[in-house]
Amino acid sequence: MSKTLIYIEHAHGKMQKASAVAVAAAKAAGGDLTAVVLGKGVDTVAAEAATLGVAKVVLVDDPRLEHYLADIAAQAVAQVAKAEGATTIIAAATAIGKDFFPRVAQLLEAGMASDVTSIGTDGTIERPTYAGNVVSRVQIATPIRVITVRGTAYPPVAPGGAAAPVEKVALAADAKSKMRFVEFAETKSDRPQLTDAKIVVSGGRGLKSGENFTVVLEPLVDALGAAMGASRAAVDAGFVPNDLQVGQTGKVVAPQLYIAVGISGAIQHLAGMKDSKVIVAINKDGDAPIFNISDYGLVADLFKAVPEMTEEVKKLKAS
Amino acid sequence: MKILVPIKRVPDPQTNIAVRPDGTGIVTDNVKFVINPFCEIALEESLRIKEAQGEGEVVLVSIGGKECQEQLRTGLAMGADRAILVVTDGPLDPARAAEVLAKLVAQESPNLVFLGKQAIDDDANQTGQLLAAMLDWPQATFASKVVIGDDKKSVTVTREVDGGLETVAFDLPGIITSDLRLNEPRYASLPGIMKARKKELKEVPLAETGVSAEPKVKQVKIEPPPKRQGGRKVETVQELVNLLHTEAKLI
Ligand SMILES: Cc1cc2nc3c(=O)[nH]c(=O)nc-3n(C[C@H](O)[C@H](O)[C@H](O)COP(=O)(O)OP(=O)(O)OC[C@H]3O[C@@H](n4cnc5c(N)ncnc54)[C@H](O)[C@@H]3O)c2cc1C
Repeated sequence: MSKTLIYIEHAHGKMQKASAVAVAAAKAAGGDLTAVVLGKGVDTVAAEAATLGVAKVVLVDDPRLEHYLADIAAQAVAQVAKAEGATTIIAAATAIGKDFFPRVAQLLEAGMASDVTSIGTDGTIERPTYAGNVVSRVQIATPIRVITVRGTAYPPVAPGGAAAPVEKVALAADAKSKMRFVEFAETKSDRPQLTDAKIVVSGGRGLKSGENFTVVLEPLVDALGAAMGASRAAVDAGFVPNDLQVGQTGKVVAPQLYIAVGISGAIQHLAGMKDSKVIVAINKDGDAPIFNISDYGLVADLFKAVPEMTEEVKKLKAS
Repeated sequence: MKILVPIKRVPDPQTNIAVRPDGTGIVTDNVKFVINPFCEIALEESLRIKEAQGEGEVVLVSIGGKECQEQLRTGLAMGADRAILVVTDGPLDPARAAEVLAKLVAQESPNLVFLGKQAIDDDANQTGQLLAAMLDWPQATFASKVVIGDDKKSVTVTREVDGGLETVAFDLPGIITSDLRLNEPRYASLPGIMKARKKELKEVPLAETGVSAEPKVKQVKIEPPPKRQGGRKVETVQELVNLLHTEAKLI
C-alpha cells in the first residue's frame, strides 16, 4: 500500500485542528498513514497525534527545531519522508504549511498542489483558483506528491482513538537553518479561533473605526460566543489585526453561521467564507453583492441593527 | 544592491472570471490584464529599497507570451531598470517557473529575489519558496515589513502569519515574498512612461534556459464552482434572530 506522511502542526504545545483536517484528507485519499511532529519538547503533541488513527508517529525532537523555520523544517520533513518511503506528503494549508511545504516538494523533486479541497482515490485533486471563481482539477505527475489541504475541506478527525506507537528519529547532523527567529508578536484573544469557530461575526469598512469594532461589533461577537473576522479593507485601515482577515489571501472559514456586517461582498472576501453553512448579511446598501449569497439579508444601518441584535440574542439566551 | 523581481501577468482582480465551456481555461476576451497585485507590491518595495540606498539595480522578469511585454513596460515605467521576458507558448507551472528563475539567478547574481506571495490566477503560493529551496537560500514569505541591515548584508522581515506577526532575519542573498500590507504601489508617472520606452527589455526563448515546459502538476479540467443560492431578505432584527433560532437553529 502507498505510504502517506502527514505533518502535524502545533502551537503552545497543542496540535492545530487544521492538522486533523489534513489527516482526514489523507484518509480519504487512502494508503498507510504516518504522522510527523517537529519541535523541541513536543512529546504531548506526538501523543495527541498518535490518537488520530494513524499507524505511527515520527517525532523529531531537536533544539534546532525549537522555533519553526522554513528551511530546516523542510529538511526534517523530507528526511522523514525519504526514510519512510512516503509517496504522498500532506500538511494543512495554514501559514506554516503554505510557507514550507513548497520547499519539501523541491527537496523531494515532487509536484505540489496547494490549498486543495479534495483528494480522490484515483489521484484527482480539486483546488479552488481565481479567488474561488474556478475549481481546478489536477493530477500530480511526479512519483511523489506534496499537498496542502484547506482547513474547511474535510471534517477534522477527532483525537482520542487507540494510541499508535511514537518513534523518535534524530534530525540529520548536517541539517541547519540559514534563518534566525527574532520574535513573535502574538495577537491575544480569549475568543474561539477564527478557523475553528461555529459562529463567525466579521466586520468591514462599514464599521468605520477600530473603536466601533470594540463598542458595536464585539458585544454581538461575545453574546454569540463567536470568533471575530474582518474584511481586507478593515484590516488595511488598521481597525483590527491582520490575522482576522477572511478571504482569498487571508483565512478561509466555513462555520455553521457567518455574519457579515458592513462588508460589501467582493469576490476576494467571498473566497474565504462562501462555504459557510448559513450566511447572514447586514448592510445598508440593498444592492451590495453580499446579499446575492446570504441566506438572511438585513438591509439596515449597522449602528442601529447590531446593538439591537445583541440585545435580542441576550434575551433569547436568558430565556 | 541588485534585486530581481519576477512579475506575472494576470486578469485584473476586478474582472468577472468565466470558465470556457470546454473546461480548458478561462474566457480571456475583453479581459483586462495587469501585473499580479502581489508582484506589484514586491516591485514597489524593491524600488523603495533602491531609492533609500541611492544605488543598485531592479531587474524585472516575466515568463509567458509576448503580451507580457505590456506588464514589463508598466514595471519599467514605475522605475525598474531593465526587464527580461522568458518567452513561452503557454503558462508554466510554479515548479517550472522557479526553475527558470533559478537559471536567471545564476546569470544575474542578485542579492535578493523579491516576489509576490501568490498569483491571483492559480493561487498557488509556491514559486518563491520553490526557488528558495532550489538555491538553498533563506526565505521570508508573507512580508509586511522589510528592513535591510545597515551593512546591506542582512535583512529583517516581519511576516503575517496565523495568530500574529512573526519576525525573522537572515544574511543575503535570500528570497522575500510580499503580503498585501507591505506598501501601496505607486502609479507610473508620465516621465516614467516616456523613460520606460528606452529601457532594455530582453527576450529569451524558454529553450535557451534549458528548462522543460512539461508541468509537474497537470490540469485535467476546470469548472465553475457550485452556485450558492441566496438573496432572501428579512425586514427586522427580531425576525432575523427569530429565524436563526427557530429555522436555522443556530442560536
Ligand atoms: C489581490 C487582492 C486580494 C484581496 N484579498 C482580500 C481578502 O483576502 N479578503 C477581503 O476581505 N478582501 C480582499 N481584497 C479586497 C476586496 O477586493 C475588497 O476591496 C474588500 O473585501 C472590501 O472590504 P469591505 O467590504 O469591508 O469594504 P467596502 O467594499 O468598502 O464595503 C463596505 C460596505 O459597508 C456598507 N456600509 C457602510 N456603512 C454602513 C452602515 N452604517 N451600516 C451598514 N452597512 C454599511 C457599505 O454599504 C458597503 O457595502 C483583495 C483585493 C485584491 C486586489
